[in-house]
Amino acid sequence: MRILVVEDDIEAQRYLVQGLKESGHVVDEAADGDLGLSLALSRPYDIAIVDRMLPKLDGLHVVAEMREHGNTIPVLFLSALSEVDDRVKGLKAGGDDYLTKPYAFVELLARIDALMRRRTPAGIKTQLQVGDLELDLLTRAATRSGQEIELQPREFRLLEYLMRHAGQVVTRTMLLESVWEYHFDPQTNVIDVHISRLRAKIDKGFELPLLHTVRGAGYMIRAAAA
Amino acid sequence: MHADLRLADAGAFRKFRGGYRLVRTQAFRIVLIYVLLFAVSVTALLGFTYWNTRRTMDAQADQIIQAEITGLSEQYQGRGWQSLYQIITERSLHGGSALYMLADGEHRRLTGNLTVWPSVTADPGNYVEFDYERPVGNGLETRRARGQILRLEGDNFYLLVAEDVQARETNQHLFTITLPWTVALIVLLGFGGGLLMSQNMLRRLDAINRTSGEIIAGDLTRRVPVTGSADEFDVLAENLNRMLDRIERLMKGLREVTDSVAHDLRTPLNRLRNRLEESLARLAAQGGSASEIERAIAETDKLIATFNALLQIAETDAGAGRAQMTLLELNSVASDVAELYEPLAEEKGISFRMVSGSGAQIEGNRSLVAQALANLVDNAIKYTPPGGKVTMAVTQSADGVVLSVADTGPGIPAEDRSRVVERFVRLEASRNSPGTGLGLSLVAAVAHYHGTQLVLSDNAPGLKASLTFPRVSKVVPIRPAMKSAAE
Repeated sequence: MRILVVEDDIEAQRYLVQGLKESGHVVDEAADGDLGLSLALSRPYDIAIVDRMLPKLDGLHVVAEMREHGNTIPVLFLSALSEVDDRVKGLKAGGDDYLTKPYAFVELLARIDALMRRRTPAGIKTQLQVGDLELDLLTRAATRSGQEIELQPREFRLLEYLMRHAGQVVTRTMLLESVWEYHFDPQTNVIDVHISRLRAKIDKGFELPLLHTVRGAGYMIRAAAA
Repeated sequence: MHADLRLADAGAFRKFRGGYRLVRTQAFRIVLIYVLLFAVSVTALLGFTYWNTRRTMDAQADQIIQAEITGLSEQYQGRGWQSLYQIITERSLHGGSALYMLADGEHRRLTGNLTVWPSVTADPGNYVEFDYERPVGNGLETRRARGQILRLEGDNFYLLVAEDVQARETNQHLFTITLPWTVALIVLLGFGGGLLMSQNMLRRLDAINRTSGEIIAGDLTRRVPVTGSADEFDVLAENLNRMLDRIERLMKGLREVTDSVAHDLRTPLNRLRNRLEESLARLAAQGGSASEIERAIAETDKLIATFNALLQIAETDAGAGRAQMTLLELNSVASDVAELYEPLAEEKGISFRMVSGSGAQIEGNRSLVAQALANLVDNAIKYTPPGGKVTMAVTQSADGVVLSVADTGPGIPAEDRSRVVERFVRLEASRNSPGTGLGLSLVAAVAHYHGTQLVLSDNAPGLKASLTFPRVSKVVPIRPAMKSAAE
């Protein structure tokens, strides 16, 4: 995957580029907004990671300009600013996701994967399937090996999000933001309890577990053991 | 239909309230007092004028009568009663305001221009007043007279010398008619003028109040309108505007400081975390034990969490994000949080209950209210032992909509309750529990942000934390969210 990193803090840039390359991506970097914008407009990227505060051209303007020129690639904002209004501003300017510094690299990777997945929708799905677990989005029914599983509305949304990102790491913050629409960090890890409840419903009594905990990162639903 | 009716009612009610408000203004009260004082003064002034006029008129009449009596007495003493009789008969023919009557010992008329002896007791030397009749056109008219009676001792006669004082009576009559009308007119005009004056004053004050309201709601760019008349309201408006300029400058400065503190601390924290993660990856690749580095990362994350919480409290205190105030259904905010925490409570063996109430609409920032509530529930679950109870409730009180979280944990001693809301204060007993110690401080900041307060009370046993939000009337139209979208 080709990724554009626009970041003026050289140390942070080096770390980002190295980490992304180690994860198997092709990375171009820019240290200011002008260069970032011209790269974004002249080369085909799959995703752009843009810092909010950049010399020459502010991150918000870079993305706004990209959108104006018809460039629709997913953009992940990185910001060291305080948070309350900035997330809203970033998303309004055309950003697709927003991550506050400092962040864990796994969080960044998981979000990039999620953004890429969103970019390649395989038509409008009405049915999600992972192994023998099926989720019907129209009838709101979940079955595993033909056996019906009763889910609460929120559990359904949780499972739906996990299954839409099957095979990808999904972090706790991502779940909290997407399934609960909360952008704060609960002091206790309430998400873990919800996951273990869901796990009891979909994995208990079956030989092959589908819902996995990824240590230090989050969760992943996948059919076969990696 | 129903809503329309309610709206119409509310309109009428507001109109009535508007009129009532006018009467309640300070300007109107001052005018009212002034009008009353003025009416009393006018009454007193007119009364004095009347009294003085009457006194002067009486004095004039008395003077004339006295002169007449002196003259007539001299005539009588010098030339006897025949001469007196003649003079009186002569003078009676002249008409005018002078009245005479000469009568015998039984008050029978001998001569004079009065026909009947008035029914007054003769009281020589003193003035008497009486009514008499005088021909006018075809009939008679009753008029008022004032005079003196003289007894001519030697011949047993009575002499009455009087002056017509009907003019004085007419004057009095006019006065008694005019006075109430004058006072009524003054009161009416004063009342109307007062209403106009207070309406004008209210309009100016309303402009100031409206602007203040908008500023409190978060729009610091608003200014009080100045009419240019350079009156005291303009001076007030200009002073307020200068004050607002200063507040806006300070707030902007505070925001800039917060932003640069955030940026300047997050950047090195980010590098620190990056480096630790790199070292961790390198060590893991070499197959070494990385528990030290993992602990360092965990500590860094705690540091970041504390820093983020502090920053958020500062921003919330400064009222950032006011544009995101919307109409909230408190029950739905609460049940969402309840749903998030319910499994956690169950896992800990705590019975968790959510009690929702009706009509719980408030104006607020959804994200902040949810976060504050999450902090309260998180605390309640953290400190309540297994087997205990945590109850979240949305109820109505006289002051507004109450959002409360009650637990059956150890509670907080009354003397510590105000202290725990301060930043970083954690009671000794809880020092080893996870958390930044900023949870309640954020709840307090969110409360201030919404114009309310975090109240901690005894749940006997346990702690009850409550926030009372001002009630939003249902007839008030929802403020369009355009403003925040346009920003």
